[in-house]
Amino acid sequence: METGKKHTKTKMNWKLVARALKGSTRYLVLGAVFLLVAVVAAYCGPLVTSFTVDYVLGEEASSLPAAVMRWIDSWGGRDFLRGNIWICALALIGCTAVNGFATYLRRRYVALASEGVAMTLRNTLYSHLENVPYDYHKHVSTGDLVQRCTSDVETVRRFISVQLLEIVRTVAMVAVACYIMFSIEVRMALVSMVLLPILCVSSFVYFRRVRRQFTLSDEAEGKLSATLQENLAGVRVVRAFGQQRDEVDKFTVCNADFRDKTFKLTQMMGIYWGASDAVGYTQIALTLFVGIAFVVRGELTLGNLMMFTSYVGMLTWPVRQLGRVLADLGKATVSLGRLDEILSVPEEEEPGRAEKPEIRGRVQFKDVCFGYDTYDDVLHEISFTAEPGQTIAILGSTGSGKTSLVQLLQRLYLCTAGAIYIDGTNINDIEHGHLRRNIGIVLQEPFLYSRTIMDNIRLVRPEAAEEEVHAAARVAAVHDVIESFEQGYDTVVGERGVTLSGGQKQRVAIARMLMQNAPILIFDDSMSAVDTETDAAIRAALKKRREHTTTFIISHRITTLCEADNILVLEHGRLVQQGTHAELLAQDGLYRRIAEIQNALEDELRTEGGEA
Amino acid sequence: MASALLEQDYDKDVKVDLSIWKRLFQYAFRYKKNTTILIVINILIAIVDIIYPLMSRYAIDTFIEGETTKGLPFFVVLYLCLIAFQAFGVYLFVARAGRIEMDVSYDIRQEGFRKLQELSFSFYDKTAVGYLMARMVSDVGRLSEMIAWSIVDLLWALTYVIGVTAAMLVLNWKLALLVLTVIPPLAVISMYFRKKILKYQRRVRKTNSRITGAFNEGIMGAMTTKTLVREEANYSEFRELTGEMRKTSIRAAVLSAMFMPIVMFLGSIGTGLALYRGGHAVLIGTLTWGTLSAFISYTMNFFEPVQQIAGILAELQSAQASAERVISLIDTPCEIVDTPEVIAKYGDSFNPKRENWERIRGEVEFKHVSFAYKGGEKVLTDFNLHVEAGETIALVGETGAGKSTIVNLVCRFYEPTEGQVLIDGKDYRERSQLWLQDSLGYVLQTPHLFSGTIADNIRYGRKDASDEEVRAAARMVHAEDFILKQEHGYDTEVGEGGVRLSTGEKQLISFARVILADPRIFVLDEATSSIDTETEQLIQDAITKVLQNRTSFIVAHRLSTIRNADRILVIRGGKITESGTHRELLNLHGYYYDLYTTQFREEAANEILS
Repeated sequence: METGKKHTKTKMNWKLVARALKGSTRYLVLGAVFLLVAVVAAYCGPLVTSFTVDYVLGEEASSLPAAVMRWIDSWGGRDFLRGNIWICALALIGCTAVNGFATYLRRRYVALASEGVAMTLRNTLYSHLENVPYDYHKHVSTGDLVQRCTSDVETVRRFISVQLLEIVRTVAMVAVACYIMFSIEVRMALVSMVLLPILCVSSFVYFRRVRRQFTLSDEAEGKLSATLQENLAGVRVVRAFGQQRDEVDKFTVCNADFRDKTFKLTQMMGIYWGASDAVGYTQIALTLFVGIAFVVRGELTLGNLMMFTSYVGMLTWPVRQLGRVLADLGKATVSLGRLDEILSVPEEEEPGRAEKPEIRGRVQFKDVCFGYDTYDDVLHEISFTAEPGQTIAILGSTGSGKTSLVQLLQRLYLCTAGAIYIDGTNINDIEHGHLRRNIGIVLQEPFLYSRTIMDNIRLVRPEAAEEEVHAAARVAAVHDVIESFEQGYDTVVGERGVTLSGGQKQRVAIARMLMQNAPILIFDDSMSAVDTETDAAIRAALKKRREHTTTFIISHRITTLCEADNILVLEHGRLVQQGTHAELLAQDGLYRRIAEIQNALEDELRTEGGEA
Repeated sequence: MASALLEQDYDKDVKVDLSIWKRLFQYAFRYKKNTTILIVINILIAIVDIIYPLMSRYAIDTFIEGETTKGLPFFVVLYLCLIAFQAFGVYLFVARAGRIEMDVSYDIRQEGFRKLQELSFSFYDKTAVGYLMARMVSDVGRLSEMIAWSIVDLLWALTYVIGVTAAMLVLNWKLALLVLTVIPPLAVISMYFRKKILKYQRRVRKTNSRITGAFNEGIMGAMTTKTLVREEANYSEFRELTGEMRKTSIRAAVLSAMFMPIVMFLGSIGTGLALYRGGHAVLIGTLTWGTLSAFISYTMNFFEPVQQIAGILAELQSAQASAERVISLIDTPCEIVDTPEVIAKYGDSFNPKRENWERIRGEVEFKHVSFAYKGGEKVLTDFNLHVEAGETIALVGETGAGKSTIVNLVCRFYEPTEGQVLIDGKDYRERSQLWLQDSLGYVLQTPHLFSGTIADNIRYGRKDASDEEVRAAARMVHAEDFILKQEHGYDTEVGEGGVRLSTGEKQLISFARVILADPRIFVLDEATSSIDTETEQLIQDAITKVLQNRTSFIVAHRLSTIRNADRILVIRGGKITESGTHRELLNLHGYYYDLYTTQFREEAANEILS
């Protein structure tokens, strides 16, 4: 969140607006049309009352347009209506009916528009986040991104569904009211409108100023949640140090702070509501007083007075809201800017010809260099070749570049110099989906999706039969474990389900990878949490399963390493040694040192056993 | 698990249980002065609202019909007074209702938090933090808001409806009865729509939380998605979800879009009736102009309070589930409680009587201890263990063998279901929980820090320690070097949960915390995943220092820690199968031997590699 605030774009990106509105514009237009219909119908109501009071019941002339009057006269005019007052009542109900129906349509179309925009934004964001380069996700905070994708989208949606048309509506209402009132009596109209601008401006200014208090209250609530969260997550520490009392004191401070800040906010709100009510009612009263004087002097009819007061009553609320809406207007722009920031990160691109050659598994690294930034090489001039069916083991300390090396093969990063060839084709020329589908990889800390184990394993091939899934799970030595769960393969894992142990996760991920049937497999230290025996069993099963698979294994286990056809030893990004187990044992180097230590350990065991 | 629970709750449409609401409203009634002011002000405001049309009626009948302005100044003054009164009343009720809302939520949270400090670990084991957070933050917030403002709205609406009915009946009972026929259908329809709308809103919220979950998963699993080339498939699943969201939201919006016009339409039938029959009466002279105008005003406004009452009732129903969850949290019984006699002597967790506390030496004995988690299988059966004060015990064995249970029993996070745990020869249930836990040090597998400065965290177990003591403790576990490298040294903020520090650094700080607190009994749940080598060395050394001079239990994973222990216990299936020093156990050629040769060999290789 903090980083978000710092870089937030404040300039509106109209292209994004257009993109979000695509397909929803016509709903917005329709919404606006029905809004106008509703406003006109709403204003007809008091007009009917006024007409009834003045013309039908009273002896005054009507202030309705001449054309309407002629039409009424053709029905028999005043006398006819006096005998049938129900017609007036029906007209009044009719106005409300039209108003109501138009309001309904307006809200429906606005909902179509705002939900459409929200959907477009959510989809665009999700798809974008799936397609940005691998590197992006290493540097962003999940919480911040999720926050933006949810609350900021919601702010935009709310803006369209509530605020946007509210502005149009208020302006339309004021315009229609002005037109009717000024055409009836100019002085009265002026008196009836005099306080409205004050109401609007003051609520605008007020909400601008109160925003700070809103933020304070929000922050206090955030602090309260954080304190609570911390206490709950650390409940063992709290108890083990006997700190319950201090924790209560700490929480009390946050709790009281939130209470007081929010109370201050409501108090400010109270002042606002009270004051603006006072202004609003004073406006109505002013209309009434002046109106009475006018009526008494015969300059205004009673019906028109009633109409003026209802109009003023209808106007005060929206005008007051308008100020608030205008004060909030900036929020949607800020939110859109925050979304724009995510979307402006370029998506992953094809660097080459995007071919889809058949992949058999010959991998060749030629002077490959790689660095996250240009000055510091993570990998330096790495060259080796792996034939189809060979097993390549990679050994090296943390930070020696092992993981980067296999990630380059999947083209999660691009080489900064040199090139990687698969069956003679530069991987930059292979379409990335095709490339990755043909290279299975299991990470050290694999991610399982929150769905059933069955679905997780056949993620890449949802159409695969259950037997196939079971077979893959058996190879990964996890079938029995899964079967021992109460719901077996239907056990839901991940965030919303059962938590698997590190080793179980790794094995499920191995089974998942096997479903890919890829000619090239990568194990990025992916059996570190599996015990050595199971590790050996899995490797044996793998070997049997596919003979022509090119396999890359990153491991620290000599037992694993010694079986490889070629062992690469990395140190500080350089390939310092390569060869078979026997060859490397003959050389002085890291590999032999490790082997010696392991032997020494065995000696120690032997002597300790012998001492008994 | 928690989220699954939440989703179920969303769909629950339970009957309103008044006893629960009575308890919640009692929180508001604690503040007698404010609630009284609120109630009185509300009734007065409603009355003023009823008076306005009567004022207009008076004006029309007196000034307009009488064609005079005599008495108008007085009328104006009275009217302005009413406005002033109302403005002040509105301010007062918003502020008072806000105050009550905040007081109620403060009190419930306070009570809940205190409860959470007392609840035993069996509760925490089956309750997710997220679930508790939702109860304590959003549920409490929503309920107190409802409690405070529903008093306001309900009272205002009821007074207004009753007042308007009375006023109309007095003005002209025949016309009043006619107009009032609109109210029953209005109430029924309002109730129906409100309930339906709430149901759809719940569905929208539920879908929304699924979308949030999908975003979360999409972002967290982005790397895996890439390696599996799942982008397209994920996206199409996500699109289904957003499509559903759009559909449900639109349905909810359409429903509420229908609601208001229908209510308004029904209201206008009332106005129409008033105009029709009233107009007729004016013509034949049985009704004054002013009364007609008052009737029209009343009928135009009374759909508002009726639908408001319906709204509150519907809301009460939908908040029933939250109310139950909050109340049940506050009512959760504590499983581990000290007896009244113990509390009388030693005090409780909030008000300890330290003067009566015996000093702990640190001798621990398990005597025929059996233990089973609630509703689960027995983890320990007739377990016996005697640990001398100052001894270091390493526990090894597979996950689920009972190592953590033993440790939890030592800490009295759980109590034995059978048998006794003796500390210094006396059953620990004869002393207070705090007595033991005050002399306890605990370092978790994933170290937990609290937000605050580094110094605050080291001082956590002993708030009164001097700066010099804090530094000495840090120096002892080799934490000072990295601490001084931080921007503000000891005063550096560690961030929420210590996010600004590495795992290794957090671990060192938690060791310093133990050193400073200087507990008699120390429990260490060693981390499985290795940290960078340099820190690893420091941690090894720190552990040795922490273990000195206290009884220690270690759920051990590291070779060096295990080797240095006074006694190693192999725990399998809730029993001690092997016991002795490193050498003794190796000679047994049993489980420990196997463990050592496979797991620890690898560790040796790792050491060289780094």
